Amino acid sequence: MSQPLDDIDRRLVLATQGGLPLVARPYHQLAEQLGVSPAELMARLQRMLGNGIIRRIGAVPNHYAIGYTANGMSVWDVPDEVIDELGNRVGELDFVTHCYHRPRRLPEWPYNLFAMVHGGSRDEVLRQVAEIARLLGPACRAHDVLFSTEILKKTGLRIGG
Amino acid sequence: MPEPAPIDAVDRAIIDRLQGGFPICERPYAEVAGWLGIDEAELLERLGRLLATRVLTRFGPMFQVERMGGAFVLAAMAVPESDWLRVRAIVDSLPEVAHNYRRESDRNSAFNMWFVLATESAAGIAAAIGRIEERSGLPVFAFPKLREYFVEMKLAVRT
Repeated sequence: MSQPLDDIDRRLVLATQGGLPLVARPYHQLAEQLGVSPAELMARLQRMLGNGIIRRIGAVPNHYAIGYTANGMSVWDVPDEVIDELGNRVGELDFVTHCYHRPRRLPEWPYNLFAMVHGGSRDEVLRQVAEIARLLGPACRAHDVLFSTEILKKTGLRIGG
Repeated sequence: MPEPAPIDAVDRAIIDRLQGGFPICERPYAEVAGWLGIDEAELLERLGRLLATRVLTRFGPMFQVERMGGAFVLAAMAVPESDWLRVRAIVDSLPEVAHNYRRESDRNSAFNMWFVLATESAAGIAAAIGRIEERSGLPVFAFPKLREYFVEMKLAVRT
């Protein structure tokens, strides 16, 4: 499900993907920059929020700076017939920040449920992983957790100009 | 990693309150400052400092590239230690690679390089994977999301 952007939407994405202006009237500043009225600019943002082009407007904390110094990508092999029910329950756990059904890559990779877990230490992450294992019970046939040990690159999403 | 910059109780409240739901109105910062019991100028000053010290990595709209016709795909490689620097340079050099992490398995998975490819069209993903495989001589395993389960943004500040 996708909808191509019109030219103004596209320029709005380009103008804000680095962040919102830190001025009292940020949407007015953007409107002036894009040559549209403030009302139109705000209506476009509201529409993009409504149709999911914008997931949310807010702050992205650096996990490390707010006390989450360990993160683990926990991965699970569960039967495809029950993955949606289990994935929704895992996503409800308060230490899980992303939860996805992804394809297995046999024979190298038997796991189809991915849940990103954040904690203050590797031990805490392992305890959280154990909690997921308890929740999944016998539906879990195998699992692993991959700890990030180095950020090699982090530029975030950028569309071209 | 370097020690994070110190933050106080007001910073914590700002971060917790602003992980989503920033208003769309004429004076959004004034409205949020009102929720937090501070004034607009102080909120703007603090947001500027939290961004400058990298406590926040971003402030603004979070776009879903898939909804704009683009694609966002997790991919992994099993890179031999002896070849790490060469392959890392190849992967990091591609503009389509938005993040790249070294990961270490708690079990015995050989996949140690995990990256996200973000492109403006679905065809761009296959092209980027093809380029990495051709230049590195190693296979790339793609893990496109088949379904995303709902999670809230809920990491409370703990420092």
